[in-house]
Amino acid sequence: MDYIGESLLPGKLGNFFIILSLISSLMATISFFLSIKKPFENEKSKWLRVARISFFIEVVSVLAIFCILFYIISNHLFEYKYAWQHSSLSLEAKYLFACFWEGQEGSFLLWSVWHCVIGLILIKKARSWEAPVMAVLSLAQFCLATMIAGIHMLGIKAGSNPFVLLRNEMDAPVFLKPDYLSYIKDGNDLNPLLQNYWMIIHPPVLFLGFASAIIPFAYAVAGLYTKRYKEWVKPALPWALFSAAVLGGGLMMGAMWAYESLTFGGYWAWDPVENASLVPWLILVSGIHTMLIYQHTRRSLRSTFLFIIFSFLLILYSTFLTRSGILGDSSVHAFTDLGMNFQLLFFLLLFVLPSIFLLAYHFRSIPHIAKEEGTSSREFWMFIGSLILLLSAVSIIIMTSIPVVNKIAGFFAGEDKTLFKPLATGENAEHSYNQIQIFAAISIGILTGFTQYLKYKKTGVNYFFKKAGRPILVSLLIGVILLFFGNIHYDKQGIGFLILICAAITSSVYAIIGNLSYIGIGLKSNLKSSGASVAHAGFGLLLLGILISASKKEILSINSSGLAVPMGEGSTEKPGENLTLLKGARTSMDDYWVTYKTDSAHPQKRLWYYKILFENKNGIEKFTLTPNAFVNYKGVEGLMSNPDAKHYWNRDIFSYITSLPDPAINNDTSQYEVKQLKTGDTILYNDGLFILENLVTKTNLKMAGLEAGDTASVATIKIISKTKEAYSAEPIVIRRNNQSYLLPDTVNEVKLIFQLREATGEMIRLGIKPSNPKIEYVTLKVLKFPFINLLWMGAVITIFGFLMSMVRRIKLTYQG
Amino acid sequence: MKKIHILLLLCVAIAISVLISFMGTLTTYDTVQTAREQPGKFIHLVARLDHTKPVEYDAVHNPNYLSFTAIDSLGEAVKVVYRNAKPDNLEISDRLVLKGAIKDDYFDCREILMKCPSKYKDDNKAVEKRLPHAGTTNRKINHLPGNKKV
Repeated sequence: MDYIGESLLPGKLGNFFIILSLISSLMATISFFLSIKKPFENEKSKWLRVARISFFIEVVSVLAIFCILFYIISNHLFEYKYAWQHSSLSLEAKYLFACFWEGQEGSFLLWSVWHCVIGLILIKKARSWEAPVMAVLSLAQFCLATMIAGIHMLGIKAGSNPFVLLRNEMDAPVFLKPDYLSYIKDGNDLNPLLQNYWMIIHPPVLFLGFASAIIPFAYAVAGLYTKRYKEWVKPALPWALFSAAVLGGGLMMGAMWAYESLTFGGYWAWDPVENASLVPWLILVSGIHTMLIYQHTRRSLRSTFLFIIFSFLLILYSTFLTRSGILGDSSVHAFTDLGMNFQLLFFLLLFVLPSIFLLAYHFRSIPHIAKEEGTSSREFWMFIGSLILLLSAVSIIIMTSIPVVNKIAGFFAGEDKTLFKPLATGENAEHSYNQIQIFAAISIGILTGFTQYLKYKKTGVNYFFKKAGRPILVSLLIGVILLFFGNIHYDKQGIGFLILICAAITSSVYAIIGNLSYIGIGLKSNLKSSGASVAHAGFGLLLLGILISASKKEILSINSSGLAVPMGEGSTEKPGENLTLLKGARTSMDDYWVTYKTDSAHPQKRLWYYKILFENKNGIEKFTLTPNAFVNYKGVEGLMSNPDAKHYWNRDIFSYITSLPDPAINNDTSQYEVKQLKTGDTILYNDGLFILENLVTKTNLKMAGLEAGDTASVATIKIISKTKEAYSAEPIVIRRNNQSYLLPDTVNEVKLIFQLREATGEMIRLGIKPSNPKIEYVTLKVLKFPFINLLWMGAVITIFGFLMSMVRRIKLTYQG
Repeated sequence: MKKIHILLLLCVAIAISVLISFMGTLTTYDTVQTAREQPGKFIHLVARLDHTKPVEYDAVHNPNYLSFTAIDSLGEAVKVVYRNAKPDNLEISDRLVLKGAIKDDYFDCREILMKCPSKYKDDNKAVEKRLPHAGTTNRKINHLPGNKKV
């Protein structure tokens, strides 16, 4: 059948470039590899030339695929499933990118694009390391290309193609019509939770972190394969620093997104998806420290290999966890199973097995120093720090992998539940992480505070105490003051945990003070080489922000309104955390009077904004929060709520909607009675009469959400009740692209809703129906986060420190 | 023995003790019957909502009390009390993971995870429902929610 209105060229081009990228990445992998293997210089350079050309073709194809897919999404070509499934006409232009990486295919593509950029830099800069490093990178590119290939071979489907057509994928009667496209008015849209500006920037940064983490790994593997066990560390170090900065930045952006658009009341929940990105970062940071130890003392080379190789393997493992759907029951935001589990597992093993084999095979040949390091040396304590990061990472990854354990055990035990009962996280999943990680926080705070005052190899005791003594005293003093006046009394988990929090706060203060004064004393304010101290001080600040904001987080919306009735069964329970506000009724909440003032609707989406006025009982402070909620949005029944927060320098007041009146109750089923009338006409109704006073049709009405080209008609209706009182109503109809958007108006005094259905010339069609008195309320939760800004500031400073170190190391590598 | 060996032993010891303490906090997925056998024990209950029984929630009177009946995979029913706001898509969920413990004659639930037939999961079956049917009229009036001028 010939279908009408389809635009098939982009898809055909896209598929051509997918095939081209598959072939060229495979070609690049093989020829980069051959150029290492060939013994003679002329053969080497011949293969290297072939490899480079293949890689350039690969770059062109990946960029072409990226542009074509973006063209399809931004032009709303709904004949393509990807555009239909992830975008919609009502979506703001800025979110088109977010649609692009909402699906697995787009996010793999994003990863691939970053590999291309990094590959081009390596071809220019890596010199003798180019061939082996690029061979690893090209292999990863080939794996990513298969992920979006969508080829059926030998009964196996490899990858999920982003250019498949809706009519081929879906089974619906509409596709029997040649003009089916004219029935598909709109796409499925981007998940409302992802309609947040962080979703435009967070995935690209995170994937740049993923993409760059392969480079230190590739250098390590190349070092093993070419038996240049030592030389790889220097050129790999700037890449490791870059990757740590970017991956860390991506993580924190994700935390920001969670804080701003999710409603668990925080930025971090130890969710498997978060953990899966945090663990490789921790191991990478361990690796950076042992690389530095090696650079200065020739020690710790073997552990450097381990850390660097495992940091990338863990990125692959986390990719497997989040994309295979294995986390189904335990995570809120994993991708769903696209039936590519075997492929993902294959990708994982393709990198795990050879790299572990290479490492095991060469391990004995990696040079190491038998004599042990002195306890007063910097490298000894740096190594301890790396071990602590490793321990922290290992405990997190084991706890996160419970679903994998269940899967494997379930595979052996079968359906028999007496043999193996699937495990689940305990009563307080977050605390089970916190109670372990707090030890890591305490040790890292202390270690980062003093280790830089030590010298490599050996430090004199007098020298150390002369330099490092004062910061210790100052930090203890500040710590005590902070604890004394800061009112830290988080006792939910017992006194033992409170003591640990106090210790961690003091140690993170020490991390800040120790490093700041080291910049002054140790480095004599030489800012160029102070990257490490800046990063450490930033990390201390980040820890401090985490500790204070989490331990002093308060729920303000404890139900204390006069409406509260006995809580029902078990009324001795703690008071509830949600507060119901009736529209217009001023309600007491903690230090505030809160009032649900008004609500308003988004002109195109089923999105409501609720204006909540907060008045401090001190009479001075006053602000309005506007949390919003999608209600029954495009086929997703129920409520999706977005929080709103008031930011102060020292605290955030954070609120979100937890319950709304059931729209089924308030959306009464009574029908509009439609009348036709023209300006000046009068119509009688039960309790009085109304007149169409005026009708205005304009293209430039001042209204939010109105776009150029829209026409709006406003009817002014005067209502006179039996008691001779006059009211007015202004229903509006907006015409856009042959669609009508109706904005009815309610006159509560006469209990009528007026709906302007159509306006042609002087004539209108007006719908009238009685309005039912309804109870309007919102139920919300309000939290206070003190000093959360410390956390964000700490994160920015840490990343800045990493980048400073990176710039310095690049100079040392390429100029020295 | 070198310092590094002592350190590594220490690390292994810490790792094992952490793991053991973590295993201690773990719980299991249970059914209503096995949960009733051990009242007060925190468990995960995989169940679905019983649509024939009323869902009790009145945000105006008490926004922190929700009660409904859940049926587990073996068909056994239990009354559930959740002292928090009602998750809005409770009624349309396919499957519930209820975290809590049996208390007296009801399940005292601390947390509810819902599995909804969501269109955002790449499930073709669920997504197909959103396609227009052949023959629907082209003329479509989109009712905008609310009655406010915006």
